[in-house]
Order: sequence, then structure tokens, then C-alpha cells
Amino acid sequence: MTQQQQTAGGDVRLAGISKTYGSFTAVQPLDLTVPQGSFFALLGASGCGKTTTLRMIAGLEEATTGTVFLGEKDITDLPPYKRPVNTVFQSYALFPHLDITENIAFGLRRRGIKSVKKQVDAMLELVQLGDFARRKPHQLSGGQQQRVAVARALINHPQVLLLDEPLGALDLKLRRQMQLELKRIQTEVGITFVHVTHDQEEAMTMADTVAVMNGGRVEQLGAPADLYENPRTTFVANFLGTSNLIEGEVVSTGSDVVVAAGGGRLTLPRERCSAPTTSGGRLLLGIRPEKISLAHADDADSIATGRNRVTGRIVDSSFIGVSTQYVVESPAGTSLQVYEQNIDRRTGLLPGTEVILHWNPAHTFGLDADQDIDAGVESVEDAA
Amino acid sequence: MSLTEAPPAPPADPREPVLRKPSTRKRLVPYWLLLPGILWLVVFFALPLVYQASTSVQTGSLEQGFEVTWHFQTYVDALREYYPQFIRSLLYAGTATILCLLLGYPLAYLIAFKAGRWRNLVLVLVIAPFFTSFLIRTLAWKTILADGGAVVDVLNTLHVLDVTSWLGWTESNRVLATPMAVVCGLTYNFLPFMILPLYTSLERIDGRLHEAAGDLYATPATTFRKVTFPLSMPGVVSGTLLTFIPASGDYVNAELLGSTDTKMVGSVIQSQFLRVLDYPTAAALSFILMAIVLLAVTVYIRRSGTEDLV
Repeated sequence: MTQQQQTAGGDVRLAGISKTYGSFTAVQPLDLTVPQGSFFALLGASGCGKTTTLRMIAGLEEATTGTVFLGEKDITDLPPYKRPVNTVFQSYALFPHLDITENIAFGLRRRGIKSVKKQVDAMLELVQLGDFARRKPHQLSGGQQQRVAVARALINHPQVLLLDEPLGALDLKLRRQMQLELKRIQTEVGITFVHVTHDQEEAMTMADTVAVMNGGRVEQLGAPADLYENPRTTFVANFLGTSNLIEGEVVSTGSDVVVAAGGGRLTLPRERCSAPTTSGGRLLLGIRPEKISLAHADDADSIATGRNRVTGRIVDSSFIGVSTQYVVESPAGTSLQVYEQNIDRRTGLLPGTEVILHWNPAHTFGLDADQDIDAGVESVEDAA
Repeated sequence: MSLTEAPPAPPADPREPVLRKPSTRKRLVPYWLLLPGILWLVVFFALPLVYQASTSVQTGSLEQGFEVTWHFQTYVDALREYYPQFIRSLLYAGTATILCLLLGYPLAYLIAFKAGRWRNLVLVLVIAPFFTSFLIRTLAWKTILADGGAVVDVLNTLHVLDVTSWLGWTESNRVLATPMAVVCGLTYNFLPFMILPLYTSLERIDGRLHEAAGDLYATPATTFRKVTFPLSMPGVVSGTLLTFIPASGDYVNAELLGSTDTKMVGSVIQSQFLRVLDYPTAAALSFILMAIVLLAVTVYIRRSGTEDLV
């Protein structure tokens, strides 16, 4: 596949699109633009409406309200077979009665293209399945079937490739490998990919832009690093990685916001607060576990000034190779997570030890305290 | 290179036979489980078949008794005399099978993909006729198709009977005692045998394959032609076999709904056995029918290329 075969298309634009089944709203009215050529991920727990959104782009689901644009063209009322988009289905949905060649050639044949061999061969090469051309789908492993499904969709040079949890059925190691492979293919062919997944790591590894969905709406949209560093809701903070959320009362606002929490004072830069701050109001402070350092309570004096500090006691620690994960009980929050890289073997940080957690105030983010502090927590465990 | 001396055999382990015994017994279990079925088939299928084969090459009469004389001429004579009934049987059974397929496929499709919560109810309705005896149902068709009945009246008014009579399917204003009546009866009686296998194989098709085909630019019609129908082939093949084979040997429909001009080979066999008492001819006719059906089925299965069945 070469760059010049790429079809000129345009952005995928969803305008006020929604889907209701009877009284159940699967997708709330949604506006979303997927720029042409980007790798876009819809991330969320099962039942959040991400697959329904994808199926509305594919035309497999009729939108209750709203419009789907592809470039300047309104494709809302086009049946799936008239849309220049193709889908890689969750279960691959390969045709069991056709061999791999015919599966891949299916779309070309439907558009009346007779000589398919060259293109099919090129596709088989792209997905590295040259030797399997005459096999039937059931003779292939899961990973190979997945690659056939990708080839079968890509051969049509769709303007948009839709991927509905394509890696869900694969084991962890294969999934990692396929993530890189899909990313490679996307860079190679330059087609817009819209990828639906519940695996936050997968979304962050592969996508340029991630839309985190929850309860039928998009919670936040942005580049993976941006979402991770600056979550704007507790759901995003908890669903993408792990966050320590500490509730406190705003003491003073200025260029830095000072918050009283757990008997101490914590500061954070004002621009990292996504919620309005007024003195006396409540605020949720968030800090990622890997940004926290641990110090023995006796070494309190060696901590540089100007850092946020929280005292606590280690209740659990687990050594996982690259890092050690500590759970710390603290007056500021029930159980704070701390990940410390194993650069030097540290001794003396055993459960029961009194410690001080400290971090750079600039790493703190502030969230609106009127939210469920545990939103998105369980979903992460489901997905893992 | 010759081996003059065999290496000394390892000393026999005294426990070995004790260990081996249960495994032999285990290996025999499948055969024991097969035994009742095999016995049944031998006594009620294989032996009668052999007996019938010997009858077919006997000569004699009922009074003087029959004797095996290897008189293969019986086959030739039977075929020569009754070939119209053979052709008619295959024609009627074939027509009924095609009609069953045309009627049954849409219905099976509907049950498998569109019936939703009504699915089980519709399936029960498909099998419901079996709660009444085959004979009674066929006799009921006599009333339905009777002269001056509603069906005949409607067909007459619509001038359908003019066309069918011109084609030789019906006679002037009658439906009963015509080929059409026999084919109608066969179609009706064997329809469930078509619908059920069709339904089973359609129901097994993953609905996402339809979506995938649509996603890959196939219109609904093309999706049916290229995905649904090929995947339902096992059902089509077993449905047509379950319809065609019994229909080609059937005589009830021809007897009750037809006339002497619509006799099928089943009727001939029945009357040779029970009325004319010419056992060799009846047996020979049975074997010829069996051979024809076997041949037709083999060619058909080869042609339709469903590996699942052969």
C-alpha cells in the first residue's frame, strides 16, 4: 500500500448525534470531529456508548437525532453499503465459506472490480499473511484472523477505518504486538482510524486523540498525554491510569491556590484547576502515584521546601519489578497510591512505617469537588 | 545381515496382565453401546433388504411357491412396463421439492432472523400438523380441493385453471384427481421437513456476517446471494433430501388426491405386493427406485459441494 492510493476524504464530523433505544439513551447528543488522517480512539467502559457511536458512523445503527458528515457530505441517511467507510468487527466476522483471498477481495468484487489478485497480494503482504491466501478463516489463529479482518477493510481504501475493539479477543502479548502493527499500518496508509476500546493503555499507545466516553457522553477529548496530565473530571482521572484524589477547602487563591486538607496545606498552580476556585469552597486535588516521592518520617528535614507534603503510614507495599507500589493511609485521603521506581533498593519502607509523601506542587491538578470521587475506578478493574 | 539370536525378552511383569485387562474392557465399551442399534438395523433393515433382494430374482406363483432362479429379466420387464410411473414419481417429487424450497426458505428465513420473540411459537406452528395423522391431513385436502369447493371456485374465477389445464396440470374445471392435486398434497405433507433443516442452518449464521457484508458494499440482495444462501447450503441440501426421498416413494398422496393417470411408483409397488401378489416384480421395482434415488442423491450432493454432509 502506498501513499498515493489514499483517497482524498475529509474529517468525520458528528453533529448533535444521539441514539435512544426506547427509554434508554445509549448516546447523548454528541458533537465530535475526527480530523482526516488521525488515529482517533473512543475510550470507555462497556455500555458507555462508544460502540454505538462507531456503528452510527458505519451506518449499522440509525442515529435518532443529528447528522454524520464525511468531509462536506451528509451521509446520515446512506445505507452502510453506500458509505466509503469500512469496519473491523470485534469478532472479525470473516466469511467462513470463503478463503482468505476471497474474504479480502469481497469489497472489491462488490464494486465490480475483476482483477483483484495484485491488490489482494499487496494486502496480504501488508498484514504479513502471504502464505495463508488459500486457507479458510477457521484454519487461522486469532491474531491472523484479526489481520485478515484489517486487510479486508483496508483494501477498499476507505476514507475512514472503524475498529470495534479489534484486539479484545487476543491475549495480552499478542494484543501489544497488534497495537504496534495497527499503528504501523495506519502510518503507512494514512487513512483515518477510529478505534473503539475499553483498554486505556491501548488507547494511549495507539491514538493521536482520545475521547473518553462515560454514560453516553464524551467526558474529555485530547491527546493522550494531555488527558493523563490534565484530567478535567474524576472519571477521566480514575479511568486513565490511577489518581490520588484529596478533598480540601480553598484557603487562598492567587497565582497559586492553597488548599487545606488533612491537617496540612497543599498548593497547586491556578491554571491547573479545571474548577472555579473561591476561598472557602471545596476542591479535589489530584496527583498521579508516580509523581509522589516517599520519605521516612525521620528524614522530614531533608525534603526541599516548597513541595507539597502529606504525612501517612504505609499499609501495604508490593514489589513489581520496575517499581514498588505503596498504599499509604493518611489523614488527607483513605489510601493513597505511590509508585516508586526501583533505582536504588530502599529498605525500611515496610508496612507500618510512618512516612511523608511529597511532590512538586506543579504536578497537582484541581477538580470540581461536586463529583463522585470514585467515578471510573471500578471500570479500570473490569478492564484489567 | 541376519539376526541369529533374539535379544532376551524383558522379564514379564506379573502385574502387567492385571493392568491391561480394564483397558481392553474400556476399548470395547463403544462397541457394546453400538450393539442394540446394530442389532436393530440388522434385524429390521439389513435382513429384510437381503430377503427382498432374493425375492426380486425369484420366479413362481403364490400357489406353487417362489424359487430363486436368478431371473433378472424381472427388472427389465418392470422397468419397461412401469417407466411412466417412475418418471412421474421423480417429476412430482422434484416439483414438490422445489415448491417446498420456494415456500419454506422465506419462512425459515423469517423465523431465523425476524421472528424475535415469536420464534418458538412459529416453530411450533410449523410442526403442529404432525399432531394429526398423515392420512387424515391428506384426506382433508380432498375436501379442500373438491369440485365446487372454495379453492376451485376462486381459481376458476381468476382463470388460473384455464392456464393450468392448458399446461396439463389440471383437467378443465377440476383440481382433484389431477397432477396438481398430487403435487399440492406432497408439498403440503413434506414442507416441515424442508423448513426445519433450513431454519437450523440459517439460525446458525452469525448476524454480524450480514453487517460485515453490508459494510463491504454488498446490497441486501448481494448479501443474500453471496453470504446467507451459501452458508445455508447444508440446510438446503438436507431439506431437499428429506423432502425428495420420501416424496419419490410416496403413494398416499397419489392414491387419495390423484387418479389412475397420476399413479406414482409407490402405488404400483403397493398394488403389486398387496393386490396382484406379484412379489418379484414388486421387489424389483423397489430396488430400481432405491437405485435411482441413491444415484440422484449422490450426484446432487457432489454437485452442491457441501462437505458437511458427505
